[in-house]
Amino acid sequence: MADEVKQTKLAIGADLSSGLRKISTPSKASGLRTGLITLASSLSAVVLALAICAVLLAVTGKNPWQAYSTILQTGTEGDKLLEMMKRATPLIFSATAVAVGFKMNLFNIGVEGQYLFAALIAGVVGSRISLPAPLHVTVILLVAMVAGAAWASIAALLKVTRGVHEVISTIMLNYVALSVIQWLFENFFRDNGESGLNVKTVLIPPSGRMPDIAKDRLGGMFLVALLVVFLYWVLVFKSRFGFRLRSSGLNPGAARTSGIDANKMIFVSLLISGGIAGLVAMQSVVGEIYAYGPTATPTQLGFLGIAVALLGRHHPIGIVSAALLFGFLDSTSAQLQLAEIPSSIVKLIQAITVLTVVIINEATIRWLNKRTAEQTAATLIHNIEAEVAAP
Amino acid sequence: MTDGTHNPPTELAVELTGIGKRFPGVIANYDIDLKVRRGTIHAIVGENGAGKSTLMKTLYGMHQPDSGTITVNGLVHQFKSPSEAIATGIGMVHQHFMLADNLTVLENIILGAEPAKGVRIDFEAAHKKVRALAKAVGTTVNVDSPVSDLGVGQRQRVEILKVLFRGANILILDEPTAVLVPQEVDELFVTLRHLVDDGATVIFISHKLDEVLAVSDEITVIRQGTTVTSVLPKDTDRRQLAELMVGSQLPSPEGRDSEISTEVRLAVRNLTVKAPGQRDLVHDATFQVHSGEIVGIAGVEGNGQFELCTAILGLLPSTGVVEVGGHDVSRASTHHRRNAGLAYIPFDRHREGLMLDSPLWENTLLGREHEADLNNGPLIDTKAARTDCREIIDRFDVLTPSETVPAFALSGGNQQKLLVGRELTSEPKVLLAAHPTRGVDIGAQAAIWNEIRTARDEGLAVLLVSADLEELIGLSDTILVMFDGVITATLDPASATPAMLGTYMTGGTVEAA
Amino acid sequence: MSTTEILPDAATPLTKRSALLGSRRNTMIAAAFLGLALMSITRLITDENALTSSQTIGTSLRVMVPILMAGIAALWAERCGVLNIGIEGMMILGTWFGGYFAWQYGAWVGLAMGIVGGMIGGLIHAVATVRFGVNQTISGVVMNIFAFYGARYLSDLLFVGEQGGGVSQSPPQKSAIPKFDVPFLAGGDLFGWKTPDIFGWFERKHWFLLGDLGGIGRGLTYNISWATAIALITVPISFWLMWRTRFGLRLRSSGESPSAAESLGVKVVPLRYAGLIISGGCAGFGGAIMAVVASSYYRQGQTQGNGFIGMATLIFGNWRPAGVLAGASLFGYSLGIKLVANDSIPALFLFITFISGVLLIRSMYQKKLVGAITALVAGALFFTAYLTVKNVPESLTQALPYVITLVVLATASQRLRPPAMAGVPYRPGETH
Repeated sequence: MADEVKQTKLAIGADLSSGLRKISTPSKASGLRTGLITLASSLSAVVLALAICAVLLAVTGKNPWQAYSTILQTGTEGDKLLEMMKRATPLIFSATAVAVGFKMNLFNIGVEGQYLFAALIAGVVGSRISLPAPLHVTVILLVAMVAGAAWASIAALLKVTRGVHEVISTIMLNYVALSVIQWLFENFFRDNGESGLNVKTVLIPPSGRMPDIAKDRLGGMFLVALLVVFLYWVLVFKSRFGFRLRSSGLNPGAARTSGIDANKMIFVSLLISGGIAGLVAMQSVVGEIYAYGPTATPTQLGFLGIAVALLGRHHPIGIVSAALLFGFLDSTSAQLQLAEIPSSIVKLIQAITVLTVVIINEATIRWLNKRTAEQTAATLIHNIEAEVAAP
Repeated sequence: MTDGTHNPPTELAVELTGIGKRFPGVIANYDIDLKVRRGTIHAIVGENGAGKSTLMKTLYGMHQPDSGTITVNGLVHQFKSPSEAIATGIGMVHQHFMLADNLTVLENIILGAEPAKGVRIDFEAAHKKVRALAKAVGTTVNVDSPVSDLGVGQRQRVEILKVLFRGANILILDEPTAVLVPQEVDELFVTLRHLVDDGATVIFISHKLDEVLAVSDEITVIRQGTTVTSVLPKDTDRRQLAELMVGSQLPSPEGRDSEISTEVRLAVRNLTVKAPGQRDLVHDATFQVHSGEIVGIAGVEGNGQFELCTAILGLLPSTGVVEVGGHDVSRASTHHRRNAGLAYIPFDRHREGLMLDSPLWENTLLGREHEADLNNGPLIDTKAARTDCREIIDRFDVLTPSETVPAFALSGGNQQKLLVGRELTSEPKVLLAAHPTRGVDIGAQAAIWNEIRTARDEGLAVLLVSADLEELIGLSDTILVMFDGVITATLDPASATPAMLGTYMTGGTVEAA
Repeated sequence: MSTTEILPDAATPLTKRSALLGSRRNTMIAAAFLGLALMSITRLITDENALTSSQTIGTSLRVMVPILMAGIAALWAERCGVLNIGIEGMMILGTWFGGYFAWQYGAWVGLAMGIVGGMIGGLIHAVATVRFGVNQTISGVVMNIFAFYGARYLSDLLFVGEQGGGVSQSPPQKSAIPKFDVPFLAGGDLFGWKTPDIFGWFERKHWFLLGDLGGIGRGLTYNISWATAIALITVPISFWLMWRTRFGLRLRSSGESPSAAESLGVKVVPLRYAGLIISGGCAGFGGAIMAVVASSYYRQGQTQGNGFIGMATLIFGNWRPAGVLAGASLFGYSLGIKLVANDSIPALFLFITFISGVLLIRSMYQKKLVGAITALVAGALFFTAYLTVKNVPESLTQALPYVITLVVLATASQRLRPPAMAGVPYRPGETH
């Protein structure tokens, strides 16, 4: 019987080796190696993007080296590093929100509308309640999360009950949100003591304001952002719920067979995504302006968050790194202006980077999978041959 | 039909000699010979896995044989793609139709070979030609309706027209009657006769012996990858054919030590799965599986076994009653049914069982993340999950360097072993096992059977669906036969003969001796 | 070994839908007629002539054109099997290229280059999705981001410092696209002779039905830009190409069943490239029209989500060119009313009440309880709104097209017929 088993194993080994390249030193598949390769591919995408931008710059008569060295110089000054972290903060929230949805194969493009809506509601509620300091801020943040989740729930319901694709519905809801926010602001929530371009809601009292880490240069929301992305990691990658979430995204058929309720997963994940989205503008609302204002509260952060999520491959470390990278680039725009280089080159670099990353990542994944398959087969042959050789 | 030139007249439209084809881990075809005379309907019969489809795909150019020759109309060919086969006049009608639902019948037929006036499609010419073909074939399908409006039989007719439009005169049909109702079967046979009368040659693959005997001019039987024999319908009968298909030697059931308890673990009553526009996928199924019992379901694939299992799991809407461990779960969710103790080795491990890009330990965790020793409260205990996976890997002899390897890197057989391991590990009350040893090598097969037997001895109830007769007879205490969605017979493995099994599996009945 | 699927291809049910186009078309014509009659009644009751005035319709037509082009762009993309979420981005490229080249060389060059700009976007999307297999939705979203910031950068580079230009807008165009009035119907010139304005005459009489037809007719024939005419022509051209030529049939098959197509020798990859480039070109044209015709310069944010609304018209129009035209008209009308006659919107509530009434009767006839209740509730709501609301605030009407889109998406999901394999990535050689 032992001989038969050996023979069978040999036969299997022979089948595996037919058609494979000869791999001399089979190695164990390692997670670290995969991670490094992924990192390398993302970096090479960034480099490629920089190269493309350099070409675009040169073609239009600007000096790429000057642009890049200005960016590098300004960006690494001490103060600027704090600014980098400050600018990265909302992007971390935004990207995390997108990533949560993405793990379930859902595209939440509605972060933009969700966060602006949350900013308005949180700003208003914050200015009207009165609680001791740490509680006040916390409540405001919670209100923002609930508001964001509530706005996202519209898209979630449409998807679960009517099968409406969340990409279009969330984008439509972005525009609707702008309208609703404007109407609410104009008619109910505007601080009528103010006028002019910088109108806002009533200011949040000091008890509701987030303390700074570095006075006026970096707010506490940065730490909250790191906390949130950490919690995202724990939830999605370490918890049972997260496991079910990812399984539904990876193989809906297998997930259903194992008893996971697809609709429930879709609904909950969109809600969580919206909740995190609600925090995107909180740095501005509780840390800088202490209110919501149509011109004061920053926009476009929803879309940039998508870019950051894609660049960071929906992984916590990737997200933070990509957010910091974007923040780094953004912090240099003023200097670039002075050097007669259009500051939107920064945005262009960001945009092209996302494009190259997405393409190169796809190619890398395919290549990696092929290698893993070949290496596993080679290892097995190696093991079998060793086993058969042993007396 | 001689042409009087240097080519000698050939009677044979198609001749395959010594065809062999291997896939990793399995020998699909081995030294197959086939002689198809021109102007006849030639049937190829055999069980699942006998190698019929592989052979036809070779003839159609979808893959190249490892050995042997293909001769079409007297000339030897090596087809590198279906286009080359089509050029010699061969056309294939697949079992799973390749039609675009939203396009019209006409559009589907002419696609890729459209008659044209410059850039415009010449619809008049197309209509004319298709109508003429339709008439020759004897069908009245409205060529301007979208294919989605058509019933199954009509769709098949469209596939045939597609093939004829491109000038095929050797037609290969793969299990053409698999999803047809009796009237449609009759219509199809009339069509085939028309075609043959007009000079075409038809090869068709089937396991339905009555039909084969009714319509074909010659029958070739294939078993375990090689040709058994060729017979004329008038020289044989159903029983003989069934025996040839299945082999006169059947494995004998192994004895068992434990007894079957009286506790009913799985009860199914009047279970029906409907499909609009065609016969019920499962009709009025009623049976019980006791603790310590293995009930086998025999039948050629596609006769409702998949729908039966999926309905018991709660993934398909159905009427009727399902009870697991005494609890009525007829209206319960899949999650609930699983929790009641229902485990499932799926039919399609890729679609229903594994997350290919995930490491093995995440795959063994799927469906079991609520088990107390695999989690730390709301978090997953990664270490415990990985250890648990290693245990499964050892116990079930899964060939893999480690538990962190992604599932796609494993061979099919090892993926299967992992799945079996996962389902048995959670000590279920009822196991639905669909082809549990599919793609698995002999040594591991025996090991899996042992595991199932051991679990059975400890009280597990098993519903076993399999096309492997050795497996069915070796493991089952009772065998139910399914045909066309209905359970047509209950047999005792100890007394079932190959002829009986073959007969029931192919839609017949056995008269009392 | 093939695995039994739950419902194999061959077992799709016989639908109750009538295969005869004729009777379906008749139903649509009857419905349109009924709708027009109800609108006319509403106009007479509320005395809001703006509902069907030539000014309203003319504005609606102008506003509809970019949405129409976006819908046609979406049509070409999805028909060949690739989701194009990046239409908005391609429109942005169209607006920018249109603005720049119109400033430098004049409006016609602007339009032409706008098409080219859109095509470049389409090509990038094609390379990413078809060649590299990037997820189609992601590629589209990235396209939008890329176009937005790309346009901004180029503006920063080329418009800043120029007269009338800046980071978010271009200097004004050198020349404009001419307009025309159709002779006889709208008083256009015919070889120098001013012809009678027939539609206008009817419109001014304000008669039931004829007055409305006059207004609608004149709106469609007076002061029409040539660009609009070209845009409208793309509808029948798209139909002809897709349903009457070999190229079109093969392109559609790439979206319906690429594996069936490949099994018959059709090359899916080049067809998808073609479809996406055409898609980009249409989107670019739509964008260029916004910059060069509807306006006289490029402005950031000019596209206002029209790209996405265009996708909604595709769904509303059941993936057919005529349907896209109908959907775009609906959106165009709602926007036109808002722009020209914001005060007439409450009158529209009455119209919607009537429509709800019709739907209620139909639901009762078909014995559909849910539909009847919905129609009843909607009708009651809108009637109340008609009686109570005097003025719909500007900020809310801004959301109108987007809300309509959502409503369309939510209600239209039933009898839809999208290309079967749109959105599903396909690798050549992957047979069933």
